[in-house]
Amino acid sequence: MKIRLDNVVKTFETFRAVHGVSLDIDSGQLVALLGPSGSGKTTILRMIAGLEYADGGRIFFGDIDATAIPVRDRGVGFVFQNYALFPHMTVGENIAFGMKVSKVRRSREAMAARVGELLDQVRLSGLADRFPSQISGGQRQRVALARALAVDPKVLLLDEPFGALDANVRRELRRWLREFHDQLGITTIFVTHDQEEALDLADRVVILNEGRIVQQGTPEEVCRRPDSAFVMRFLGDAHRLVGKVTGGVAKVAGGTVNVDGPQAGEVEILVRPGDVRWGEGDIPASVIRIIDRPDGRRLLARLDDGSDVEIDTPPETAVASGDRGTVRVMRAQVFPLRN
Amino acid sequence: MAAARASTRPPRVGDSPSVRRALIGVVLVVGALFILAPLVVIFVQAFSQGFGVFAATLAHPDTRHAILLTVLTAALAVPVNTAFGIAAAWAITKFDFRGKRFLLVVIEVPFSVSPIVAGVAYLFVYGLQGLFGPALEAADVKILFALPGIVLASMFVTAPFVARELIPLMQAQGRDLEEAATSLGASGWRTFWSVTLPNIRWALLYGVVLCNARVMGEFGAVSVVSGNIRGQTNTLPLHIELLYHDYQTVGAFAAASVLTVLAVFTIVAKALLERQGAGRARRPSLAGPAAKPAGGKA
Repeated sequence: MKIRLDNVVKTFETFRAVHGVSLDIDSGQLVALLGPSGSGKTTILRMIAGLEYADGGRIFFGDIDATAIPVRDRGVGFVFQNYALFPHMTVGENIAFGMKVSKVRRSREAMAARVGELLDQVRLSGLADRFPSQISGGQRQRVALARALAVDPKVLLLDEPFGALDANVRRELRRWLREFHDQLGITTIFVTHDQEEALDLADRVVILNEGRIVQQGTPEEVCRRPDSAFVMRFLGDAHRLVGKVTGGVAKVAGGTVNVDGPQAGEVEILVRPGDVRWGEGDIPASVIRIIDRPDGRRLLARLDDGSDVEIDTPPETAVASGDRGTVRVMRAQVFPLRN
Repeated sequence: MAAARASTRPPRVGDSPSVRRALIGVVLVVGALFILAPLVVIFVQAFSQGFGVFAATLAHPDTRHAILLTVLTAALAVPVNTAFGIAAAWAITKFDFRGKRFLLVVIEVPFSVSPIVAGVAYLFVYGLQGLFGPALEAADVKILFALPGIVLASMFVTAPFVARELIPLMQAQGRDLEEAATSLGASGWRTFWSVTLPNIRWALLYGVVLCNARVMGEFGAVSVVSGNIRGQTNTLPLHIELLYHDYQTVGAFAAASVLTVLAVFTIVAKALLERQGAGRARRPSLAGPAAKPAGGKA
């Protein structure tokens, strides 16, 4: 099912949560709504579900205007952040709930068969008689997913699907969800504040800030061509330098950075730790701290104009806190300086 | 002192045996003196002239009528207040609207207003000289000094009980469960019966039990609006007072013992409910908010 949002607006009491968001989601895509808290991502998801009504704009499911269709009839599967499993029902009863209340009558046997099938799909066969409090967080999440899928939704919506899980379970479930999505081919939208999760899982990432879409595209597009400093910073560690560009070279803190592109004049230069080298180039810097990590050493260096950069170096790099040296910026994103 | 007991460390911080014994002792003594002893006196007095006199007092038509009237009042007031409590708790916890805090305060008014004030207020609203008095008289509807007045006054006094039990629980549970049920296609009624009610049932029953206890024991408000007509509008608490003022000590205590037995039933029912609510490990977390994932192992 293709989903289209046309200039959707939502205002809560005094503050505007979503400002005129327009978005096209192709059938079968897995899309991430990514943004910091308060960016309106959950509100957008809830409006697509029909759990909130838009104050303005329209939402289309295929060619049907779904803006005014109540959640009950909208045919969406919604997985809540804390799963919202019914605590007084077993796993099996939870999954069967949607079928039981459906206007489409199903025989007891048909429902039981479907529950069994869904439990197999989410790899929880044998847990049908447990209660939600008797299974682990990751298992609850998959029960919530099976419950949402039981009513054959046109679109699957997940609110921070991995937010309540610990890191290892999270990574494992992420990969599993991607495979699962590829098998089902159902249009899926999920909300997250974790850029790694969005990039790892989604076909397309929609980045939001303060109720507006700031950039959308494939993970590759948003990573390689961030179109604002906000996106650059939000997607990963980045440090900001200020310089003046003339003829493709920026003068920064007593050294130079090669920049391609048409920019000239005052610019802000954002660099990632992996794109900076220690002991090369011509920008003088001193090491102020060393952080050892499983895959290397990260140096915190201060340039002479007082700005800081972080540098990823191989684990065997011989360096001590307080060392003076130079750094080279291999790759950078350059944006015109705004005051 | 701590050094002397180094070998027998208290199991937890603050759990020193001397403090524990002192606190338990104080509670026991005070409880026995001020709560248990008066209860015992009621039964001792009730049976002071033998079981025959006790039984005769209870068999007296006025007493029997008072018991019946009390039970009838509870049978009418408790269901209405239960419905009111659920509606109020639902409105306050599941919706956002202007004046929510005000509504919360209104619901609690009967807790802070003396019951006798409520009774007098009803007198001015429904009495002959009251607001609706002439209209009611014209329609030949008798509210004061009759069953409707007694039920209304009892309802006023006990209005907050069910809502007060439900609101904190429903607030903690949030709206997620209802939203989940609705997104799965359930109607409002279906959601209420299959999702909301099962998750609040112990708190609801507890509220109903408390409400019932209070309705049966209500004295102040009812004494104003009932008119104290023996054998007609005398509820059990009013009847006890009447007997006492008639120097029928045994009768008063016998009637009081009936009320006490009703109350003890209520307390036992409440204790059983709490046990049910807490001890149901197989159907867990019905008393508390929906189980939050503890970050488990998949």
